[in-house]
Amino acid sequence: MSEAQDYKYIGQRTIRPDGYDKVTGRANYAADLALPNMIWGKVLRSPHAHAKIKSIDTSAAEAHPDVFAVATHADIPNQRNPGALNILAKDKALYHGHAVAAVAARTEQAAEEALGLIKVDYEVLTPVMNLDDAMAPNAPLIHDQLFTNGLPEKPSKPSNVASRMEMSKGDIEAGFKEADIVIEREFRTPTVHQGYIEPHACTVRYDADGQSMIWCSTQGHFDVRGSTANMLNIEHSKLKVIASEIGGGFGGKTTVYIEPVAMILSRKSGRPVKIQMDRDEVFKGSGPASATRNKVKIGARKDGTITAMEAHLYYESGAFPGAAPLGPGCMTIFTPYDVENQYVEGFDVVVNKPKVAAYRAPGAPQSEFACEMVINELADELGIDPIDFRLKNAAKEDTQTLYGPKLKAVGLVECLEAAKSSPHYQSALEQGVGRGVAAGFWFNIGGVSSVIINMNPDGTGTVLEGSPDIGGSRASMQMMAAEELQLPIETFTTIIPDTAHLAHNDTTGGSRTTFATGMAVIEAAADVVRQFKERAAAVWNVTPEQVQWTDGVAINANGEDKMTAAEICANAGRTGGQITGRGNINARGAGPSFGVHIADIKVDRETGKADVVRYTAIQDAGKAIHPSYVEGQYQGGAAQGIGWSMNEEYIYNKDGLLENPGFLDYRIPLASDLPMIETIIVEVPNSFHPYGVRGVGETGIIPPLAACGTAVSKSIGIRMTELPLSPPRILKAIQEAS
Amino acid sequence: MSKSHITTTINGDVREFLCDPSDTLLSVLRDNLGLTGTKEGCGTGDCGACSVTVNGRLVCSCLVLGVEAEGAEIGTVEGIGSSDKLHVIQQKFLEHAALQCGICTPGLIVSTKALLEENPNPTEDEARYYLAGNLCRCTGYDKIIRAVLDSAETLRGAA
Ligand code: FES
Ligand code: FES
Repeated sequence: MSEAQDYKYIGQRTIRPDGYDKVTGRANYAADLALPNMIWGKVLRSPHAHAKIKSIDTSAAEAHPDVFAVATHADIPNQRNPGALNILAKDKALYHGHAVAAVAARTEQAAEEALGLIKVDYEVLTPVMNLDDAMAPNAPLIHDQLFTNGLPEKPSKPSNVASRMEMSKGDIEAGFKEADIVIEREFRTPTVHQGYIEPHACTVRYDADGQSMIWCSTQGHFDVRGSTANMLNIEHSKLKVIASEIGGGFGGKTTVYIEPVAMILSRKSGRPVKIQMDRDEVFKGSGPASATRNKVKIGARKDGTITAMEAHLYYESGAFPGAAPLGPGCMTIFTPYDVENQYVEGFDVVVNKPKVAAYRAPGAPQSEFACEMVINELADELGIDPIDFRLKNAAKEDTQTLYGPKLKAVGLVECLEAAKSSPHYQSALEQGVGRGVAAGFWFNIGGVSSVIINMNPDGTGTVLEGSPDIGGSRASMQMMAAEELQLPIETFTTIIPDTAHLAHNDTTGGSRTTFATGMAVIEAAADVVRQFKERAAAVWNVTPEQVQWTDGVAINANGEDKMTAAEICANAGRTGGQITGRGNINARGAGPSFGVHIADIKVDRETGKADVVRYTAIQDAGKAIHPSYVEGQYQGGAAQGIGWSMNEEYIYNKDGLLENPGFLDYRIPLASDLPMIETIIVEVPNSFHPYGVRGVGETGIIPPLAACGTAVSKSIGIRMTELPLSPPRILKAIQEAS
Repeated sequence: MSKSHITTTINGDVREFLCDPSDTLLSVLRDNLGLTGTKEGCGTGDCGACSVTVNGRLVCSCLVLGVEAEGAEIGTVEGIGSSDKLHVIQQKFLEHAALQCGICTPGLIVSTKALLEENPNPTEDEARYYLAGNLCRCTGYDKIIRAVLDSAETLRGAA
């Protein structure tokens, strides 16, 4: 772990600037805005998993005295927008909960009532609910014009397989020939939901002069503007999107569902419209993560050198082709290993489930689960410690990835070493407890960020940035501005303005905020420093090059003169106008973050219930700007991964209807389900970021699947291959084995 | 349907409102009275985001009817701490970084206060089981539990 540089402000555990509002209930989230004259929208959802929509009769709903507007797919102005079919269904309802129509009425109850007056004539079709059924020879077709992409030749018949992709390096056959041992296994993972506690909600106003406004909970308000404007043929300058505080997203709030619908209803009714999803609608109508079936084959020599790695991945895309995060699944699976011979093939398959959406490191947990399970089994067969086995084959600087670039400096080896010497790994195992270790890799992204720092006449500054703050990022931005300007952290206030007050910003996703938006903050702060020097130089009658900015003060290199930020700002009107720093960037060089987790699990053999008794998450942060929130990301990712491993899954009945659309039956981890989650922050700086930052948000959800999968397998002495490891599944495995 | 006229005390203030017999206390607080600090995560009693106290008892306000507030003393997050000084629990949540998105936080602060009034010295396990009705998807609960135990210690010291 390198201690490269001394920093004055970053690396501290400060109180987040938006904290006061959030502990007092003052912070405003999506559902918290009411406007004068506002009416309520409600969405009618398909009661079938797969059905033709023969007709929709809205006349009775329109005649309801409290109803102001009704909308169907026909009301979407841009019928060619590719996402529009998921916003309101057209000829076919493709999953249980697919939006079919919407109404706006005086009260929520009246809107609900009016939904019951809409008559939809459905012709119910056979649903296709899993990969096996979707790929069966005579499977019912979800889209009758879907021809598999990515095959050498266009297939003669349509199918439910949307696309195939393939990646390889080295010589896979030769690699397996060199192996002394080869293990091949197939794994399955269920459909899971991001499970953010705040349901989607928005309040929307369309004005007669064509100006419109959306208030909603989103990871990217600029993208909400982009997709809604496109769907409704509105110019960007006439659509202002305000990002409310966001009650969790995890990738699930990177897309629009109700915002365009509310806008259509507002346009038709001439009133502001609020739509708030129920929890049940969140599960049924918003995008979960792909269920998968993944086969992995790995060969190694007796000395522990891996010689070949091969995978065949099948990802459910939900009802729309191309939504599955198949690319990242294929690209990430073998990246923790410096192995010459690798081959991956992947398929995107449609089923009658909601269109999948991003979920924390989209695509990676599923594929890496399969790889890591086989790695652990190989280590056992070879009689090598699983951490040593990984160390022997670990990716490092200059490792050629399967998907293209060579890795720059990365921290996998450092994470493995930290795991090995951790108090957890050094501790003895109690009787009946199984221990699992797994690694995880996520690329992280950079992208477009636009930041403005306005310096005020009293020397304080306001940082305007465009990345909705889901987990404390305002604090990091404030600290980076302080570091660059060498001014106390409290000098800065961080604000996330609406889309009218800042140039476009990419969505908060890909763990890009602290890295990319942070870089834009640093650039804007450097721009302020440059202007500070110019202003001081003008007063002292020297060149800006002769002015130094040290410890938050301008110093004349040729004399004794000093000028503070407050003095420069107070005088700014007389030296050329107020001072604004700008950082409009497209950040390149997001450094990947590797992680390693250790799980201890004890299974009750009578009931099949598995308890996580100890857990440690180790991950490379490059440089932790705010260590508490970095740890929080590790812990939160671990908890979601534990949920995915142990309990969470969409349960459908034989008609394709979702049976557990609520937190009672879709059981995310409770406080009583988890132990403390120990963390170790490894810091191998990312050479592309001025402070060495790597995104940390996503990697943490990847290792838990195989760490828990292995720990359960060891506890019961049976190799488990299907998630979740819920009590009935574990019990069944125990009973079958005895 | 005729509306009911309800008189109640919320955070010490006498408040009156009209509501339908089917309106929940949660919707009355949020939509009729503008007290949006109390959050809705599920509407079915499964997430705890809507936690409030009714006559000192911790409840999910989505499972209580607005009409049941008649004559009762209601406590919401807006009544915890004062405008110039946070309650110890609120301060400890901030110090321990026990929130990420913060949507679960008002409910957790109300529940933690109820826990510590009932049991000023909870073990980690007792805290985890008492708060099992308050879902948090962001934090993995580690920092929340630390904030709760630290609040308990500080409050015991002050008592
Ligand atoms: S909203 Fe009341 S428990 Fe979830
Ligand atoms: S902080 Fe987001 S749900 Fe708890």
